[in-house]
Amino acid sequence: MQLKSRHLLGLEGVCQEDITLILDTAESFKKVLDRPIPKVPTLRGKTVANLFFEPSTRTRFSFELAEKRLSADSVNFSKVGSSVAKGETLKDTARNIEAMKINFVVMRHSAPGAPHFLSQCLDSVVINAGDGAHEHPTQALLDMMTLRNCFQSLKGLKVVIVGDIEHSRVARSNIYGLLTMGANVGVCGPATLIPREIKALGVTVYPGIEEAMKEADVLNVLRIQLERQKEALFPSLREYRNLFGITRERLDRVNRRITIMHPGPINRGVELDSDVADGDYSVILSQVTNGVAVRMAVLYLLDGGRQKLEGDDHGN
Amino acid sequence: MAIKIEQVKSVLLKNARVVDPQVKLDQITDILIEKDIIRKIGPVREFKGKTVDCKNKIVIPGMMDMHVHLREPGEEHKETVITGCHAAAAGGFTELACMPNTKPPIDCRSDVEFIKERAENHLVNVHPIAAVTIGQAGEQLTEMGDMIEAGAAGFSDDGKPVLTAALMRRALEYATMLGKPVIDHCEDLSLSESGVMHEGKISAVLGMPSIPSIAEEIIVARDLLIAEYTEGLLHLAHISTAGAVRLIREAKSRGVRVTAETCPHYLVLTDEAVRGFNTLTKMNPPLRSENDQKMLIRGLKDGTIDTIATDHAPHAIEDKECEFQVAAFGIIGLETAFGLIWTHLVEKKLLTLEELILKMSVHPRQILQLPENKIESGAPANLTLVDPDIMWTVDNTAFESKSKNMPFQDWKLKGKTFGVINRGKMILTV
Repeated sequence: MQLKSRHLLGLEGVCQEDITLILDTAESFKKVLDRPIPKVPTLRGKTVANLFFEPSTRTRFSFELAEKRLSADSVNFSKVGSSVAKGETLKDTARNIEAMKINFVVMRHSAPGAPHFLSQCLDSVVINAGDGAHEHPTQALLDMMTLRNCFQSLKGLKVVIVGDIEHSRVARSNIYGLLTMGANVGVCGPATLIPREIKALGVTVYPGIEEAMKEADVLNVLRIQLERQKEALFPSLREYRNLFGITRERLDRVNRRITIMHPGPINRGVELDSDVADGDYSVILSQVTNGVAVRMAVLYLLDGGRQKLEGDDHGN
Repeated sequence: MAIKIEQVKSVLLKNARVVDPQVKLDQITDILIEKDIIRKIGPVREFKGKTVDCKNKIVIPGMMDMHVHLREPGEEHKETVITGCHAAAAGGFTELACMPNTKPPIDCRSDVEFIKERAENHLVNVHPIAAVTIGQAGEQLTEMGDMIEAGAAGFSDDGKPVLTAALMRRALEYATMLGKPVIDHCEDLSLSESGVMHEGKISAVLGMPSIPSIAEEIIVARDLLIAEYTEGLLHLAHISTAGAVRLIREAKSRGVRVTAETCPHYLVLTDEAVRGFNTLTKMNPPLRSENDQKMLIRGLKDGTIDTIATDHAPHAIEDKECEFQVAAFGIIGLETAFGLIWTHLVEKKLLTLEELILKMSVHPRQILQLPENKIESGAPANLTLVDPDIMWTVDNTAFESKSKNMPFQDWKLKGKTFGVINRGKMILTV
């Protein structure tokens, strides 16, 4: 059981078999997480460096937990600041950390392609934990895992991603992953936040939320960043909610079950109303749980997937 | 590689195909050069001095690159006037114009004199382009008259656009009064913002901040209107979009005095090359779409685009070995320009040899109002020697330029210059 690529830099170009393998493996690890002692020795002796150049709570926690559940040692580095500011180069930072003998680098960075660059300068396995607006592959994997739990198969499923597509790595990874798995993907949001040539990626663009909801099985609702308002990309949070907010009334009007996802953190009362976020159709907390299992699967498989998953050696 | 400059007492170029569309010359013959003058074009039977066998080779008027960044003063670790001139000679250029965005910018007489002095004894003629505004800050006009006297060949705030329409108007009126063009870097900064690549399908895929083609076209349109209004001498640098070509073509058809350049990289690469985040594909303006490329080539062919310049932009390794967004804009081009154009345009019959000579030798001199360079008896010998058939592999470790930043490493090319002659000097490269 091995992935075709040495690193996980993104889902663009990752084949169906590999995605399926990761999701299947994650299901096994999810069972581990339900045990009284949710820990396996799979990565004992391996060291993971978590390099976070952008603020992150849940992704960093989720990775750290996944590493601990696999018995890996982990070290954390977080430095938030302008990537353009002169100082030590990314290459130097990473090579210095690697010189301390590590096996994996998990990186969050504001620049698209930063993990690709890193994978060219390091011997370690690189896992992209979000690179600018480019990709966030483990997020899309946990989204797909959650959807598989709800729908059995992703094939033919209609998923509409709502919000700031332009600046969203979650959107891109979901688009690549879902299309590979045979789902139909749509995007919906203010015209100012939809990339001009997004259709070339193979997605449907819905100009209005009502049209999108008419067809969607799933809405993956993105967080709207307040700073986009200052960039004149949309007028106000109030207007955003009026046009694109997912409200109880809008859901009721559709009169059919639409699964609601959100990568978090939620702006309650903006892109998602509380009664929707906490309602029956929401799978948001399952996403978070699945995140740990997916990250365990990714680490395990990138390590070579050598150890057996089932059986006593996981009993700790 | 140490370049060797030879003094020419007398030299015979034997059995060359000599081509110069300016004098309707295209024949296989000999050229006899004494000191810096062409003595004879025709068969020379007995000659005892140095002879260069030019059988199956082509001799053309010395090429000129009107858009080069020499980085001196201020960033001598990237390039100097001398290493830049070496690189130019190695790439077949006998003249170049260098942009003023050095540190500090070339914006006064002594700065122009400094560049001229640095290049004084080189084979390559260096024509400084001086800043339009003091410090290239977009506020006060520079002392253009004084700088022309010292050798400035034109004016540009390259690296940035001439900031406002009002400033462009005044600059064009003033520079044109003195007989020199204003060269604009066309970029609406409010549209390009923090963009690092062309806005299109690939930027959508990569999630990269992008520069729309209208960022260029809006300033092109602005400048064309101002040039028409003022009857000014306008030159548009590094044109990269189909829309800009269309606007320039339309303006030229109405008699606006505008000239335009594009660069080899826009003719041989598209934004597809940015996939994989190779920082050596990052330049400003960015690599554009396939359609833009097609229209640039059409524009070259129909005369809308007058010249091919390299926008030779040396950067240190660390400026490129980093995240794409952080990397410096620009690539070097002096030592690959001819091979790229020959292989990808001339060999593919998209451009003729005569057109190449016009675009890379004749027009740059006309645009900057410099003396013409013709191959005729009695004229100064300012020549580029071309081997049209040689197959070679681009290898930046063998470059004369101090910097190595370009995306063409290991490209297989056909056609290369193998020598230049100018100012009574000769450099032969093999």
